[in-house]
Amino acid sequence: MSERQLIQGNEACARGALAAGCSFFAGYPISPSSEIAEQLARELPGRGAVFIQMEDEIASMGAVLGASLGGRRAMTATSGPGFTLMQEHLGYASLAEIPCVVIDVMRGGPSTGLPTSPAQGDVMQARWGSHGDRATIALAPGSVQEVYSLTIEAFRLAEALRTPVVVLYDEVIGHMREGVELHRPTKRQLGRRSGPKAAFSPDFLPYAPDENGVAMVPDFGCGYRFHVTGLMHDERGYPTSDHHKVAQLLERLERKVEPAVAAVSPERYRLEDANVVLVAYGIVARTARAAVDLLREEGVRAGLFRTRLLWPIPDAALSALCRSADLVVVAEMNRGQWSLEVERLAGGSSLLAPYLKAGGSVITAAELAEHVRQSMREAVAAP
Amino acid sequence: MKLESALRPPAGGPGPGGAGRSPEEPEPSAEKRFLRHGMMPHMLCPGCGHGIVFEAMLRALAGRYESLDEVAFVAGIGCSSRVVGYVDACTLHTTHGRPLTFATGLKLARPELTVVVVTGDGDGLSIGGNHLIHAARRNVDLTCVLFNNEIYGMTGGQLAPTTITGAYTSTSPAGNAESPFDAARLVEAAGATFVARAQSYRPRDFEELFLRALDHKGFSFVEVMTDCTEYFGRTNRLGNGADLLFSQARMEPEIDADLAGRPTLKQLAAKPVRPVLEMGVLHESNRGTLEEAMHLLGARS
Ligand SMILES: Cc1ncc(C[n+]2csc(CCOP(=O)(O)OP(=O)(O)O)c2C)c(N)n1
Ligand code: SF4
Ligand SMILES: [Mg+2]
Repeated sequence: MSERQLIQGNEACARGALAAGCSFFAGYPISPSSEIAEQLARELPGRGAVFIQMEDEIASMGAVLGASLGGRRAMTATSGPGFTLMQEHLGYASLAEIPCVVIDVMRGGPSTGLPTSPAQGDVMQARWGSHGDRATIALAPGSVQEVYSLTIEAFRLAEALRTPVVVLYDEVIGHMREGVELHRPTKRQLGRRSGPKAAFSPDFLPYAPDENGVAMVPDFGCGYRFHVTGLMHDERGYPTSDHHKVAQLLERLERKVEPAVAAVSPERYRLEDANVVLVAYGIVARTARAAVDLLREEGVRAGLFRTRLLWPIPDAALSALCRSADLVVVAEMNRGQWSLEVERLAGGSSLLAPYLKAGGSVITAAELAEHVRQSMREAVAAP
Repeated sequence: MKLESALRPPAGGPGPGGAGRSPEEPEPSAEKRFLRHGMMPHMLCPGCGHGIVFEAMLRALAGRYESLDEVAFVAGIGCSSRVVGYVDACTLHTTHGRPLTFATGLKLARPELTVVVVTGDGDGLSIGGNHLIHAARRNVDLTCVLFNNEIYGMTGGQLAPTTITGAYTSTSPAGNAESPFDAARLVEAAGATFVARAQSYRPRDFEELFLRALDHKGFSFVEVMTDCTEYFGRTNRLGNGADLLFSQARMEPEIDADLAGRPTLKQLAAKPVRPVLEMGVLHESNRGTLEEAMHLLGARS
């Protein structure tokens, strides 16, 4: 069953969350994400669902994690400055394996920056914003439709893998309106939370991994007594400083997010015979697609690799792409974040000419196409 | 009353810190019934006031509950916060200063749970001060126990927002130039509907106040004065754990008369000891809880 409606990106996010069974939202107002909170403030209350505006973003994330441990599908939404404040609890959620969804509608930074202009400057913050070595999942929808479907997917991944999942999109996608198919997710698309397989006993191990390497932590108040901590812990959930156990835990947490790569596949546009490859995500992928069409008309064998998954990075696909291409152009609205990762994966196998633009306006198809032409000329001229 | 008898542990044996229960021991004492033996040995220093308060909490719980399946303990970071791990319940050891935010989410998600927050003066009043006043304002049905030892114990005895003016800490080597918070008054002003103060010197009184706080519907707050022997006591030359306990009770005539016999407590007035504070229930009122306003009770979706 589904229904088609003309809605805004942020509204699509709220609708996706509701369709995914979200019954708890805690947040703090910030542009350009506030419409998500405002919509959920209207829709969640009643039937036991909770909307609460907290005193700041640290508190919002704390409340989300408390609610998630209480068995709720829980989320928050913010923008750069708030995302920064959430980093501490994102780290906590990763280590303590508490499912949650965090929406970051990116604006220009650093600091208060450009409150209502688009940017893609939080890509590395999503990866490394919290201290320590942390595995993360970050999705990057490129349309209002995809904001809806990837919000649903974010909940599925968060619950199944017991980890925070971040959805990153920019102000333009957040505020533009498009027709959206509001499909009702199937049981499989909703997924379910990894939980205990045995009844409580005194030697019960809440942090023992299941066959997918995901801890089988029960919800609070379901007859299990156990300990949850942000300290390194053993399978009992008790603090440990045993180097071997800690190393194993960190390794498991990193491995367990890998299924996201297969689950959130990239879009490959006119890539079959391409030797000039554009790589983009979010709003930039739309203009990059138009740039590919422009270049194709001129006889350039251009194509687009549009990723919907930023972290964990789809490394195998990207390395293969870089090996087969002559020129790779990563286009993003920052001073160079994902492009550095692509450079690392290319390992010198192709010519790289990233197109970077930070300042609050979207990269246009014309300027991107011109950048590609220029890079091709330079490549030919080079000795 | 002689000092030693005032300190005699109540029937039931030694407090936390003892080894785990031996298999031959027939009936666990009240304090040990809900102790998480697998987590022993605990990390509190000998003489630490937190242990006395924790023991009293366990005793109160044993008198009140058959099982702690439906009771969650949420704590921040600090020596005080660490004690929740030692209770055989649903225990959540969160981040520094933020336990009330987790507890708020948990309680709204599952209103049928009893949620107890354990925090310290650094955790609850410094880094978590903003969350404390907002939790009090919201009047979520939580019980918050703040262990106030007027110092940061866990990190090695630094200045806290509760440290008495003039007191020495590792980050106020010339004596504290600032003025301390009155936690109980702060929380009352922010809208808490039950506010009490207790001291580790009188654990039975704390036990009673803790139970009253658990019974109270709405945000209840118990500040309990404890002593960090390892850092506050040592740095300010206030003697051992027992000396610090007696100093808490120095206005009680029988105790005061005996203090002169303890060399470390001579001329106490010249030392940085906390002023004598009013104990007991400081404020009690009634207004609707946030769960009620949100119609969450008995309405799981
Ligand atoms: C964000 C953050 N900052 C600082 C610390 C270091 N830290 C751990 S416990 C603590 C103070 C605890 O003091 P208090 O709450 O009074 O507890 P006590 O140990 O005195 O019982 C500090 C500063 C931390 N863990 N996290
Ligand atoms: S450092 Fe101080 S507060 Fe911490 S356990 Fe030791 S005596 Fe207690
Ligand atoms: Mg303290």
